[in-house]
Amino acid sequence: MFDLILTQSLNGLASASSLFLVASGLSIIFGVTRIVNFAHGSLYMLGAYLAVTLVNALGPASGLGFWGGVLLAALLVGLVGLVIEVTVLRRIYQAPELFQLLATFGIVLMIQDIALASWGAEDRLGPRAPGFKSFVILFGNRFPTYELLLIAIGPVVLALLWLLFQKTRWGVLVRAATQDREMVGALGVNQRLLFTSVFAFGAGLAGLGGALQLPREAVTLHMDLAMISEAFVVVVVGGLGSVGGAYLAAVLIGILHAFGILIFPKITLVLVFLVMAVVLVIKPYGLLGRRPVGQTRGPTAEPLLTPADRATKLAGLVALLLLVIAPLVTPDYLLLTLTELVIFALFAASLHFMMGPGGMASFGHAAYFGLGAYGAALAVKWLGAPMEPALVFAPFLAGIAGLVFGWFCVRLSGVYLAMLTLAFAQIAWATAFQWVDLTGGDNGILGVWPSGWAVSKTAFYYLALMACGVAVLALRFAIFSPLGYALRAARDNPLRAEAIGIDVMRVQWVAFTVAAFAAGIAGALFAFFKGSVFPTYMAIPRSVDALLMVLLGGVQTVSGPIVGAFAYAGLSEQLTKLTMYWRFALGLAIVLLVVLFPRGLVGGFLALRERRLATEGA
Amino acid sequence: MGALLEVSGLEAYYGRAHILQGVGFAMARGEVLALMGRNGAGKSTTMKALMGLVPPARGSVSFEGRRIDGREPFEIARLGIGYVPEERRVFSELSVMENLAVGQRPLREGVPHWTPDRLFALFPNLGRMRDRPAGAMSGGEQQMLTIARTLMGNPSLVLLDEPSEGLAPVIVEEMARTILALKGERLSILLSEQNLHFAGQVADRVAIIEKGVIRFTGAMDTLKADETVRAQYLSV
Repeated sequence: MFDLILTQSLNGLASASSLFLVASGLSIIFGVTRIVNFAHGSLYMLGAYLAVTLVNALGPASGLGFWGGVLLAALLVGLVGLVIEVTVLRRIYQAPELFQLLATFGIVLMIQDIALASWGAEDRLGPRAPGFKSFVILFGNRFPTYELLLIAIGPVVLALLWLLFQKTRWGVLVRAATQDREMVGALGVNQRLLFTSVFAFGAGLAGLGGALQLPREAVTLHMDLAMISEAFVVVVVGGLGSVGGAYLAAVLIGILHAFGILIFPKITLVLVFLVMAVVLVIKPYGLLGRRPVGQTRGPTAEPLLTPADRATKLAGLVALLLLVIAPLVTPDYLLLTLTELVIFALFAASLHFMMGPGGMASFGHAAYFGLGAYGAALAVKWLGAPMEPALVFAPFLAGIAGLVFGWFCVRLSGVYLAMLTLAFAQIAWATAFQWVDLTGGDNGILGVWPSGWAVSKTAFYYLALMACGVAVLALRFAIFSPLGYALRAARDNPLRAEAIGIDVMRVQWVAFTVAAFAAGIAGALFAFFKGSVFPTYMAIPRSVDALLMVLLGGVQTVSGPIVGAFAYAGLSEQLTKLTMYWRFALGLAIVLLVVLFPRGLVGGFLALRERRLATEGA
Repeated sequence: MGALLEVSGLEAYYGRAHILQGVGFAMARGEVLALMGRNGAGKSTTMKALMGLVPPARGSVSFEGRRIDGREPFEIARLGIGYVPEERRVFSELSVMENLAVGQRPLREGVPHWTPDRLFALFPNLGRMRDRPAGAMSGGEQQMLTIARTLMGNPSLVLLDEPSEGLAPVIVEEMARTILALKGERLSILLSEQNLHFAGQVADRVAIIEKGVIRFTGAMDTLKADETVRAQYLSV
C-alpha cells in the first residue's frame, strides 16, 4: 500500500510539470497584460504538434534531434505568441476584460482548424526521448525514467523563473508592471515591447509544456480545451500572477489526479474542480495570491441603462410581430433555425442579466442551460413525465443549482468569480459525463419528445417563442425593478451600496439564481426541441457561445443579448454550411469583431448614434 | 534660448467631463513653478496631460522646442520629463533598490546624473532600507522613494504632483528642503500645490488654475503680496 502511495505521488509530480509550465505562462501573461488567455491551451497543443514534426524531421534517434526539436518547437510557439500579441491583443488592451477573453477564444477556434488542416484529425504519437526510454524499479514498481526527468524539470524551471524575475532587469520590470503598468510607462519603459515580450515568453512556456508531453501521451486535437481548463484551475488555486503558487497548485492537482484515479475513478474530474471551489472559498485569491491592489483603471463608468424609448419599443414590437408571422412564410428548415435562435436568445438574456446589470461574468453559464435540459430529460426518462410538467420541473433544478453554486460565487468578484463559475460548470459537466447509470454518460438521454399537440414544427416554435418571450420580458422588467437598481448599485460601487443598506451579496445571489432559472427554461425547451440531451450541453464551448452572444450584442445594453444571439447563432450556422473550416472562419470573425467593435454590435451602433447627435448639436 | 516648457490652449477630458479648458503657461530652465488651485481645479489633470497619461484633446505642449503632445508617456519620459504621481505609486512588492532600477534610464547631457548612492545622500532614510519592500515603508518614505525613482531617469524637468499632501508637518519641511536641494542641482520643477506656505518656500513663480483655465501667473512674491488674488482663487 505504501509503495503504491509513493508511486502514485511520483506519477502526480510527473504530470504536474507540463501543467506547471503552461499555468506559469498563463499566470505571467495575466499578471502583466491582465489578459486571461483562453488560447493558452491551444499554444500548448501547437507546441506538441510542432514537436512531433520537428523531432521527426531532425532525427528522433539522436539526442540533438529530439531535444533540439523540442526546444525549437517551444521557440516557434513563442513566435506565434508574438504574432498574436502584435496583430490582435495589442489593439484591445483598452477593451473590457471580457472582450479580450472573447478575442483569445476566437484564436482558440482558429488554431483548432489550423492544427486540423496541418496535422489531420488522427492522433499523433511522438517518438520517445533518446536516453530516457527505459525504466527503473522504484518501490517494487516499474517507473519510466522519462517521468523522473519530468519530475526534475518542474523545480528546475521554477528556479530559473525565480532567477529571471529576481535578477534581471526584464524580470524586475515585469514584476513592476504586474503591479502598476501605467506607472512603469511613465518612468520611460516601452510598455508595448514589454507586453509583447511577456506574451511571447508565456507562449513559449506553453509550447515547451506541450513539446515535453510527446513521449508521454498522444497528441490530439482535444488537448487545448482539456489543458486550458486545468491550467485555469492551477492558476486560480495558486493565485493569479504567482509563479510559485502555480507550481504548488500544479503539484496539488497532479497528485490529486493520480490518487483520484485510484480511489474514486468515477469522479476524478469532479474532484479537481471541487478542490478549486474549496480553495477559492477559503482563500479567495488562491494559495499564494494576494488581494489585487487598487488598480489604476480609474472609475469605469458603465453607460446608463435606460428603459426602451419609443423607437426601440416599436422596433421590438415589429421584430416580435415578424417572429409571430414567420411560420406562415418560412420553409420548415428555417423554422427550425428560428426556434433554436429564440431559445438561444433567452439563454443569452439570462447570462446578460447577471453579467450586465449584475456585473458578474460567468464562464460557466452552460451549467444551468444543461441542468435545465437534463432536468427535463430525467423527468421524462425516470419519472415518465409528459412534456408539460417536465418543462415546469426542469428550470427549478437549474435554479436550485444556481442557488447552491451562487452562494459560493457571490463571495468573489471579477476574474475569480468567473473562474469559480467555470469550476462549477465543469463539475456539472463531469457529473453528466461520468455518472453513466443516471445520465447515460456520453451517449446522453434520447427520446425526449414533446407532447402530441406540440410535435409539429410550427406548434413547438410558438411554444418556444411564447415561453422565451415571456421570460425575456420578465428579465427586462427585473432590470428596471428595485432589484435591478440595487444590482446595478452593487456593481458600480459595492461599498457605497452596502452603506445605504443594500445587502450586496444577497442581491447578487438572487440575481445569480434568477439567471440560472431562466437559463434552465431555455435548456428544457432545447431538450424537447432536439429530442435528446448530451453532456456537451454543459461543456465549455456552450458557455462560450453564451458569452459570445452577450458580448457581441454588447454587455451594457438591454437589447444587446437578443441581437447578439441572432447574429452569433446565424453566423455560426451559415459558416458551418459554407466551409469545412468553419471554426477558423468563426474565430476570425470574432477576432475582427472585437478589434473593430470593442463595445459590441448594439454598443457600437449606440456610440455611432451618439457621435452623430453630438456633431449635429455642435 | 527659448522656454523649457511651453503649454498653450491645452484641453483634456475625463470621459465626458471637460476638465482642462485651455491651459497655457511657460517655464524657463532651472525654474520652480507652483501650479496652484483648489481641489478639482485641474492641477493633477494638467500634470497627466503633460505626461501623456491623459491624452490632450486640443492644444500644444512643447518641451525643449519639440512638440510632445500626442506622444506616449514612455516617449515623453525618455525626452527628460520625470513624473511623480500624487498617490505615491511605489511598486509595493519590489524592494527600494528594485524600485529605483525600474526608473533607471541612460544619462542625458546637460542634466544632473543620478545614481542610487547620490540619491541615498539626498534621502538618507532610503539608504538604510535598500532591501525593504516598498509596501512596508511609511507614507513619507514612500513619497521620497517615488521622487528618487523618478530622478533615476535623469530628467531635466520634474512634475511633482502635490508632494506635501497627507504628510506630517515634519516630513513636509523635509520635502521643502529636498526640493530646494534639487533646485540647487539646476533641475526644473513643476509642482502642484494647495499649500501656499509650502509652495512659498520653494517656488519662484506661480500659476493659478481654476475650472481648467489659468487665471493668474506671476512671481511668488507678487502673489504673497496680493491679498485679493489669494482670496479669489485659493482660500477655501
